[in-house]
Amino acid sequence: MAERLFQLSIWLVALLVLLILLWLVQGLLDQGLAKLSFEFLFSHPQNAGRDGGILSILVATLLILAVTLVVALPLGLASAVWLAEFTTTNNVWARKVRLALDVMAGVPSIVFGLFGYAFFSIFMGMGFSILSGGLTLACMILPVFIRTCEIGLRDANDSWRQGAAALGMPKIKAVWYILLPAALPAISAGLILGIGRSTAETAALIFTSGYVDRMPESLMDSGRALSVHIYDLSMNVTGGDAAAQASALILLMVIILLNMLAFAVTDLWLGRSVIND
Amino acid sequence: MAAIVCAAILLLIMTVMLIEAWPALSSRHLTAFIFDKIWYPLEGQFGMLSMLVASLMVMVIAVLLATPIGIICAIFIVYIAPARIQKIYRFAIALLAGMPSVVLGLWGLTVLVPLVNHWSPPGMSVMLAGIVLSVMILPTVTLTSVAAFKSLSGALQQAASALGIRQHVQILKVFMPAASGAIMSGVLLAMARALGETMVVLMVAGNVVQFPTGLFEPVRTLTANIALEMAYATDLHRATLFVSGLLLTSLVLAMMSLASKIKSHNNG
Amino acid sequence: MTKGYTIGQLTEAKACCEPIAHLSVRDLSVKYQQKTVLENVDLDIYKGCITALIGPSGCGKTSFLSALNRLIDMTNGASVSGQVWFDDKDMLDRQTDLLNLRRRIGMIFQKPNPFPLSIYRNLALPLHEIGVKDKQLIHQKIETVLKDVGLWEEVHHQLDMTATKLSGGQQQRLCIARALVLEPEILLMDEPCSALDPISSAIVEDLIVSLCGRYTVVIVTHNLAQAKRVANYAAFFWMQERVGKLIEFGHSQRLFEQPRNPLTAAFVNGRKG
Repeated sequence: MAERLFQLSIWLVALLVLLILLWLVQGLLDQGLAKLSFEFLFSHPQNAGRDGGILSILVATLLILAVTLVVALPLGLASAVWLAEFTTTNNVWARKVRLALDVMAGVPSIVFGLFGYAFFSIFMGMGFSILSGGLTLACMILPVFIRTCEIGLRDANDSWRQGAAALGMPKIKAVWYILLPAALPAISAGLILGIGRSTAETAALIFTSGYVDRMPESLMDSGRALSVHIYDLSMNVTGGDAAAQASALILLMVIILLNMLAFAVTDLWLGRSVIND
Repeated sequence: MAAIVCAAILLLIMTVMLIEAWPALSSRHLTAFIFDKIWYPLEGQFGMLSMLVASLMVMVIAVLLATPIGIICAIFIVYIAPARIQKIYRFAIALLAGMPSVVLGLWGLTVLVPLVNHWSPPGMSVMLAGIVLSVMILPTVTLTSVAAFKSLSGALQQAASALGIRQHVQILKVFMPAASGAIMSGVLLAMARALGETMVVLMVAGNVVQFPTGLFEPVRTLTANIALEMAYATDLHRATLFVSGLLLTSLVLAMMSLASKIKSHNNG
Repeated sequence: MTKGYTIGQLTEAKACCEPIAHLSVRDLSVKYQQKTVLENVDLDIYKGCITALIGPSGCGKTSFLSALNRLIDMTNGASVSGQVWFDDKDMLDRQTDLLNLRRRIGMIFQKPNPFPLSIYRNLALPLHEIGVKDKQLIHQKIETVLKDVGLWEEVHHQLDMTATKLSGGQQQRLCIARALVLEPEILLMDEPCSALDPISSAIVEDLIVSLCGRYTVVIVTHNLAQAKRVANYAAFFWMQERVGKLIEFGHSQRLFEQPRNPLTAAFVNGRKG
């Protein structure tokens, strides 16, 4: 029967996609699993990364991430608050800002790399540095982060706004004490999304934070992010495949953890909205 | 206040890009840059056409593969899968969506390239880049299609069931046409992603600048080119790299604005 | 067929409705999760007649209706017990061929729900599904059914137009046409006029009246005046102990003028509900 055939083909295709995902992971376990160990996480790369571990890489990655978040979080939140609370949907400026953000969200990451290189590294004199890389990534994740926060804030119950106004609370205080905490799940979800995007990003970092695989000593030092390390090992270092795959496994585990966290947070978000009705 | 700063960043980006690209933009050879086939920067030859075509070919292959498979996965998630499997599957797709492009590139490089090399050396090619890229953009197509199907009114399914229309006919002849606008918009977004992608093509397409004459030839895309040459490019060479960046951005933005036009036309 | 009851176009005799059971409902109860909404309904739906289901909201009238074509199966957590006899077979039995059932018992919903496809396609798709392939025949059936609902004059020159561009009243008439194109024996209507403006509502009402004798119609309505105008038979539902029950059934004129049950009397006279 046509119905059976239809169902069968759909299941087959769905299975195919799942198998591809498994094949992908298997390809990483192939040489990578053997290399994974405590030492791998806690020692520095040697011999161009073929031996040793990824400690300096992990530190550099975390530092870059820290810079990104320190810049993006307050800037993004403030913008989201402005868009959600202090403007109506038809406000001319709000529309321009939203358009600009939508455009930014579409710009390819390599172009961000070009921008970061020309502006942060050269014009601002930061050179190849963690600071430069972090700032570039902050620009990249801002649009999506702002969007997510804005949605979270708009979702927050109107009666709270009205209640706060009735109590004579100045708007800023209402935002800080009531609305932001209420939008916390959405903000966290946006944050997790941003972190995920940053850790996965490579092209924007190649020319901004650089290639140096030594332990960074300051934010102005060049540092190699995990994703860049994987790239370098696989493309430029013969025999670096095993280390590349092991690093990829670490990166993958981080992404999986972030995904699970995001699922849990959005469940919390949806759960809360239902209760509040 | 803060929001203006963020929007200003976009202006900053555009300004920086234009400034850096200016030497090439203002030279008399601008059309030549875009439409010449020969890219030999060391000798002052800056024809981007081969790389532009390579970028487009890789994008087309990726979209042709990812679209049907992605839509079918969406149909699976929304209409076919039982509840528990649905949850697992959605997680798997979300995982694939978050997969770093460099990891996909690594997989392509270490697993697929040797495989294809067996049958058709050198392995690294337009075709392979297209295939790996399709795996990367598949979740985009699937997730937007799932949203599209879910936004359809429940009344449609009720009406169709009350008429005794079989489920597979409901899906193919009622739901898909009804959701086609939103699905199309998702496909355009996936196309934009494919065009702007750097790491996957860098690692798997071969990076030889040549006009692609066959599907199994190695090529270099505009994105990969920027990544490879930026570090040592100077003066005019550098400016042309920025021009290629601007070209990519405009193509991507054109696709994205088309996507949002289709979406709002559909909702109207 | 000799008594004038026929499906589709009336042939020679006048339209009439016979107290012969077309559907026999025995001991029907409907539960959602653990909550019973309808209990122990015994009702015969007469052939060729228009039967109105009246009563306040929440009495289970819509649940009753969706049990008849098993559309209630689509609701999560709904369970139905009892029997619905149609053609000497119990439709609530698990083995029932649902596709066939729904092609013989059609349904019109409260909010018009044409497919976002062309008018032509809305009507052709169900025909394709029952195996009608001949283009001439399809076109003929579509024309017949559109004339029947009074839409042919209005839309015959724009059959390619998307159905959702029609007005509310036109959309509902299209939905009725779509149900009629399968030549069902029974039509179930769940408050078909409540989402329409008064003029469209009147047009649809006239259409429903014209179906008497040609189709068996079961119509849920909140509008008592409408029920009086349209129905041959009426069934009154009411909540007792928080569960919907069938209180009284009979010839609609008798039920409205000389109700036997005090609850019915109170309701039809506007004192309750």
